[in-house]
Amino acid sequence: MAEPERESFPNAARAFPAREGASGSDRLAGRPVVVAFACTYCAYTAADLAGAMRLSYPAEVRIVQVPCTGKIDICLLLDAFEHGADAVFVAGCNLGDCHFREGNVHAKKEVARCRRLLREVGLEPERLEFFHVPASAASLFADCAREMTKRACSLGPNPLRATPAGDLGKKLALPEDLPPAIPPQDLGKLKTDRANQQKGA
Amino acid sequence: MIVARRKPLAEIEAVVQDCTQVLVVGCGSCMAVCQAGGEKEVEILARQLRMRARLASRCQIVDEITLPRQCDPEFLRPLAALVDRYQALVSMACGAGVQLLAEQFAHRPVFPALDTLFLGVNEGPGTWGQRCLACGQCILHLTAGICPKTLCAKGLLNGPCGGTKHGKCEVNAEKTCAWAAIYNRLEKWGRLELIGRIWPPADWSVVDTPARHGTSLAEESAP
Repeated sequence: MAEPERESFPNAARAFPAREGASGSDRLAGRPVVVAFACTYCAYTAADLAGAMRLSYPAEVRIVQVPCTGKIDICLLLDAFEHGADAVFVAGCNLGDCHFREGNVHAKKEVARCRRLLREVGLEPERLEFFHVPASAASLFADCAREMTKRACSLGPNPLRATPAGDLGKKLALPEDLPPAIPPQDLGKLKTDRANQQKGA
Repeated sequence: MIVARRKPLAEIEAVVQDCTQVLVVGCGSCMAVCQAGGEKEVEILARQLRMRARLASRCQIVDEITLPRQCDPEFLRPLAALVDRYQALVSMACGAGVQLLAEQFAHRPVFPALDTLFLGVNEGPGTWGQRCLACGQCILHLTAGICPKTLCAKGLLNGPCGGTKHGKCEVNAEKTCAWAAIYNRLEKWGRLELIGRIWPPADWSVVDTPARHGTSLAEESAP
């Protein structure tokens, strides 16, 4: 399969040397990983349309369909970087077009907050971006994908790639609250003399 | 509600970087509400610490757990079976929670991840404002439900001072003068005569530190 995108990013080969032992069939070996969280109502449709229109955009982009960008959570974005994404972008509806009224506004804030957290950690905040991509803007989606791939190439690989995400900690669960033991059925019931006599007999 | 703010990551990292196993303990009450130390914030801090450790090529395991409350020994009990696995605990509770955690598990160092700020209310998304000093002598019934000790920049009991201008404070022109607000509300309440009251100097001797509240066993058994 032809790979015209590789020529579009001359830095890629230098910045992302092929992994040792990568098989020939691993087309993306030694290439950046860009994750796109795309709203199903706009950006995902735009990406679909880009395919239908035969527009080419970098094969490095892995699209994650979300029901609304309001679903985007900081932990989700951090997770992508923890697992070695070189660049991440969130693509949502235009302002005022969100099917859930303000999911895109929420996502924009989350992205801004996450960029500050990335800076604190020591990763470049430019690795994360938010774009407004309406459903009809297929070429805009392709441009966003190209832009983020270009950024990933110029910034180089995510330094977290050097160490495996592995088992470095987890969320512990609290023990379940057990209900108190059920008291015996006759607890608190007055026993008549007759009942006692029967028991005694 | 107690309001707090997370410390910068570098500060938290500096105290735990020598520990190979760390447990971040969140608090599901005030700290979860003020978005400083609830389950989500615990997850974010734990992820950030793990990322920092990987970037610095340090071998460090960071686990996370969020308790319903950290200021009550009953809620700390489930941790008893866990703490021995860790070299340090990072508490995302207010100062009270951190201290109780340190008291209950005195054999393990407990580090605070938050700066406790004040007792306050939610003023808008992500914004909290101080309302109470916990001074132990509430006068809100006489000041129209507005605390001058907290909201007046000078903490005046006999206000307003000469610096009030068009209902704004001279210390910060964006802030409403607490005493102007008290006057306006007393007027609405029809209790304007209260503004004329001259207050003696506040009795700070009732602010007992460390303060305690509750019935002691001796008091309970007294006739």
